[in-house]
Amino acid sequence: MNELDDLYQEMILGHARSPRNFGTLKPCDRSANGHNPLCGDRIAVYLRMNGRAVSEIAFDGAGCAICTASASLMTDAVKGLEREAIDRVFESVHNLATGKSTDGGDLGKLAVFSGVSAFPMRVKCATLPWHTLQAALDSNATPVTTE
Amino acid sequence: MSATQLLPGSPELRAEFPILQRSVHKRPLVYLDNAATSQKPRAVIAKLVECYEQWNSNVHRGVHRLSEEATEHYEGARQRIARHLGANTAEIVFTRGATESINLVAQSFGRAQVQAGDEVLVTALEHHSNIVPWQILCRERGAKLKVVPITDAGELVEGAFASMLTPRTRLAAFTWVSNALGTVNPVGDMCALARARGVTTLVDACQAVQHFPVNVQTLGADFLVFSGHKVYAPNGSGVLYGRRALLEAMPPWQGGGDMIASVTFEESTWNHVPHKFEAGTPDYPAAVGLACALEWLNAIGFDAIAAHEQTLLAATVEALRSMAGVKLVGQPAQRSGVVSFAVDGIHPHDLATVLDRMGVAVRAGHHCAQPVMDRLGVPATTRASFSVFNNMDDVNALAQAVREAKRLFGL
Repeated sequence: MNELDDLYQEMILGHARSPRNFGTLKPCDRSANGHNPLCGDRIAVYLRMNGRAVSEIAFDGAGCAICTASASLMTDAVKGLEREAIDRVFESVHNLATGKSTDGGDLGKLAVFSGVSAFPMRVKCATLPWHTLQAALDSNATPVTTE
Repeated sequence: MSATQLLPGSPELRAEFPILQRSVHKRPLVYLDNAATSQKPRAVIAKLVECYEQWNSNVHRGVHRLSEEATEHYEGARQRIARHLGANTAEIVFTRGATESINLVAQSFGRAQVQAGDEVLVTALEHHSNIVPWQILCRERGAKLKVVPITDAGELVEGAFASMLTPRTRLAAFTWVSNALGTVNPVGDMCALARARGVTTLVDACQAVQHFPVNVQTLGADFLVFSGHKVYAPNGSGVLYGRRALLEAMPPWQGGGDMIASVTFEESTWNHVPHKFEAGTPDYPAAVGLACALEWLNAIGFDAIAAHEQTLLAATVEALRSMAGVKLVGQPAQRSGVVSFAVDGIHPHDLATVLDRMGVAVRAGHHCAQPVMDRLGVPATTRASFSVFNNMDDVNALAQAVREAKRLFGL
């Protein structure tokens, strides 16, 4: 059961139960919707921008523990960051979650997503909030899906 | 071993399913995703091997010996399936599965019969495959898709089906058993009501054929569809039953070889039914495997199968109901095959991951029935679905795994 304990660490369960920055931003500068048709996870990301940097961020929707915790930790991690820095953080998270990298060195709390690497079917749950954030930054009008 | 000696759920019957020998995450496989697809007994697998080793050849074509044998096997399978369903041989069209069967009816019968202002009636319990083909047809024709509502228990609202049949209803399409909730619909009554109003019926029997006997005569359906892969038969097999007069009046759907009587560049004429609807080389090994699977089930006996599966369903409902924080989604009075449930504080996707690590395969999600989920106010459910080989050990493993998930989530 070790892999399960690695996946569902207290950090993940805590953020899934009490997500940070949960709700909407009204008004917001940018937003996007994301959807995982496989499991029905739906998420929306709302942004207020300060120049090129994210000044405020919120999300809402209904998802599994991995998706909700990923969104919660993501919103904490990207405040104040510009697009290029956000993409770099996401790449590191993605590499951890897919097992391409085992070094969560500078990721802080986001390093918890290394536990996803033993569950390839769940990688999309962790990455959906990030794809949705990227779509919001691009002000992509079409909903993002994981398929 | 002859199937006549096999008791549902017995070690001897389980031994007929080679896949049950394997382990998952170092635990014995507990397969409770039978409503998604069934596992295959040795007899069906052996039939496919026999085909490719003994008589593989294109059907309805060559004059050589192999083609003659392949055609005999293929048409023999059609006869045997027709007998099982109480149909005439000409009324059995082989398809790739229920989805293709429904699309065939929508695009052939539907396009010929449904005009602007007409109505197609479905129910809120349908699988996407019995919604989307009608949506496409209705949009194309300017017709209206109407939906019979369900109750919180997941049953059709009493009297709603009858009251929603109007003089404009051209076709009523409804499932026998809900794949998401397990609800058994009163399809015989529904067919009778529709027929009395002159409305053509299509019954989705995908979650029926493997659980109890299906006879199109006593049912009174105009069309009936199912997929082979859900009834212990090979992927790529499926059936459309259609009343002969209806099939004969319908235009062809796909064009190609085998469905024609003659072809010139000026004009082609059509083969007679059912071949008019079977363009191209069919998956004849799958069709033969399907006939084999139905006979394998008949040898065990549907009385024994239904009694066994009902025992497992009742035990599962009881085990889940007695657990704190576990809620059954859909509580139909008549249930077959499926138990859908939700655990407070655990998303179905997370639950299914924990169950999987304990060797228990279930489905988590919307079960290709998003409108059912929307109506009952849940984004997704966890679904355990049963077959002839499941036993009480499987029910206990499921309950134990749900308890373990609750512990892991601190619930």
